[in-house]
Amino acid sequence: MEESYLLVLLTLDATLRVATPLILAAMAGLFAERSGVIDIGLEGKMLAAAFAAAATAAATGSAWAGLAVAILVSVALALLHGFACITHRGNQVVSGVAINVIASGLTVVLGIAWFHQGGRTPTLDAEFRFTEHALPFAEAARSIPVLGTIYAEVISGHNFLVYLALAMVPLTWWVVYRTRFGLRLRAVGENPAAVDTAGISVTGLRYSAMAIAGLLCGIAGAYLSTAHSAAFVRDMTAGKGYMALAAMIFGKWKPVPALFACLLFGFLDALAVRLQGVEIPVIGVFPVQLIQALPYILTVVLLAGFIGKAVAPKASGTPYVKERT
Amino acid sequence: MSQPVKLPPWIDIGVIPALNILAALLVSALVILAVGEDPVKALEVMLYGAFGYDEAIGYTLYYTTNFIFTGLAVAIAFHAGLFNIGGEGQAYIGGLGVGLLVLALDGWLPWYALLPLAIVAAALFGGAWAAVPGWLQAYRGSHIVITTIMFNFIASALMVHLMVNVLIKPGQMSPESREFAESAWLPMARQIAGAFGFDISRSPLNLSFLIALVAAVLVTIFIWRTRWGYAIRTVGRNETAAIYAGIDPKKTVFWTMALSGALAGMVGINEIMGVQHKLLLNFTAGYGFTGIAVSLMGRNHPIGIVLASLLFGALYQGGAELDFEFEQITRDMVVVIQGLIILFSGALAYMFNPMVARLVGRLAAAKG
Repeated sequence: MEESYLLVLLTLDATLRVATPLILAAMAGLFAERSGVIDIGLEGKMLAAAFAAAATAAATGSAWAGLAVAILVSVALALLHGFACITHRGNQVVSGVAINVIASGLTVVLGIAWFHQGGRTPTLDAEFRFTEHALPFAEAARSIPVLGTIYAEVISGHNFLVYLALAMVPLTWWVVYRTRFGLRLRAVGENPAAVDTAGISVTGLRYSAMAIAGLLCGIAGAYLSTAHSAAFVRDMTAGKGYMALAAMIFGKWKPVPALFACLLFGFLDALAVRLQGVEIPVIGVFPVQLIQALPYILTVVLLAGFIGKAVAPKASGTPYVKERT
Repeated sequence: MSQPVKLPPWIDIGVIPALNILAALLVSALVILAVGEDPVKALEVMLYGAFGYDEAIGYTLYYTTNFIFTGLAVAIAFHAGLFNIGGEGQAYIGGLGVGLLVLALDGWLPWYALLPLAIVAAALFGGAWAAVPGWLQAYRGSHIVITTIMFNFIASALMVHLMVNVLIKPGQMSPESREFAESAWLPMARQIAGAFGFDISRSPLNLSFLIALVAAVLVTIFIWRTRWGYAIRTVGRNETAAIYAGIDPKKTVFWTMALSGALAGMVGINEIMGVQHKLLLNFTAGYGFTGIAVSLMGRNHPIGIVLASLLFGALYQGGAELDFEFEQITRDMVVVIQGLIILFSGALAYMFNPMVARLVGRLAAAKG
């Protein structure tokens, strides 16, 4: 009993680690889509940021420098996406796909040229990474049954970026629902013409939303290569950007539901790892792939309106053209 | 794009795409310079690697075959205003259909009897995999882009499950099916040429290339010469007008997606029946995504798609040579070039229009 309880706690602990980049990227997608720009390129921005963070940390010996460069690179890609879809009114999906493909290739090309390890970056020593922090009283709390162990095992002992990601959710909620910028952001995603009529720049708002998306993806990428693991490996995002997109949709374009979707998807992922090859009574070896596919299946089912209704921001996906008379 | 700059057609389908590709290649050249190699030499190596000798040409055309299929798949959906980003998954499942069929019948039937059945299997499996997102879009209002992305991941998970747990050859570690009987393999280009008395080098190029060319011709006729093609184009241009014309947009969306998936599924003919001769993981190798670039570059027209496929075939094959010739660049460079082509000929397709329009206007004015 004691042992299975600990196993549950460890799985929840892993859930939080896996969900962190999803949370950051999902909030990024939320800002972009609320402004009316579809962002398929979350994956590419995260991947490029992961490479930038690991490469910079390896070169400078500072995880913080890595984080800064990761954010710079990711914001640059986000602005490129903006340049294509806002300024040139290009197809947003095509632009997102392009960013993903470019990031997937360029990280490997530069990685091989700079580090000669087949696209990997050198493994970072602990002091060049974001490492775990025990929260205050974590050890003392261990002796308290249930709550204490949850505190010590699940809540405490993560790196700084995990807590940052969790803090981003209420912050996103506050920005989107309680600030003037957020009001305008929501309006521009629903009816850009109205925002334009009010004398507010649609282009400016959408570019700012993209910059925020870039910032968040940059942190997510840095987390992957300098906190969660200790190096960049090729295609290390492995579809996390798309999963974050799915989580954002699953969360119906709202911050808190999106957080829970990320946690659910992260939990499924952590569970899949634990169930790998485990014999379960009656069922036998559980098809782990089914659990891995579950986030995507759930998202499809939700989008089809079989479980509640997910309504995207109305203007999402359509470039805005100022009327000229 | 509300006020697209009007340009003469030869500029629109000739000069603008050329400028877009040039921009993509220019940025690629900068990347090659940045890693400390010579872009001109890289271009030479790639050209030689793609067309320099007959084995290379065989490989180039083998890649081209896959791109024609996935490019046509993306294009046909585009004509109906649908963005099928799920070519990868549809090709994967199409290959599964081909593999299951050949595994079941390869001892009984020779390749020429299997081929028509395999084409049907690829079309049915790939088509069904795309028809579900099509149905969801048409009747449940879910977004085709998102659902097809999700279906790519579901296809990938399904294949891993089947290969690891069900179809794996007993007593083997790597997740592959048994090899097909040799009588079920599609004839290679070398064998076909040999039958006519020519001797060419061994390469994966096989009969599927001709099937791809036939598919391109059929798609051309279908889109521009049939009632169905008309319905698809009408729905793509203006759904309201389509309804007035008595076309059911929902049905059209569903069947267009099925057809699109069927075309993507044909990759299975080339890869599974033509080259790999067994079912295995990841044989689609990104061909579905490249189809997006191919279709964008080919302006959704089969002739353009065949030409763009040839360019991408050359990129893939020529890119493989980069590994041998350069210390600093590998075939991953091809992925970068591919991404840049998607960026410039897709997302930034109209960037050069105003500039070219101004130039054309000035030239016209100078002529008086």
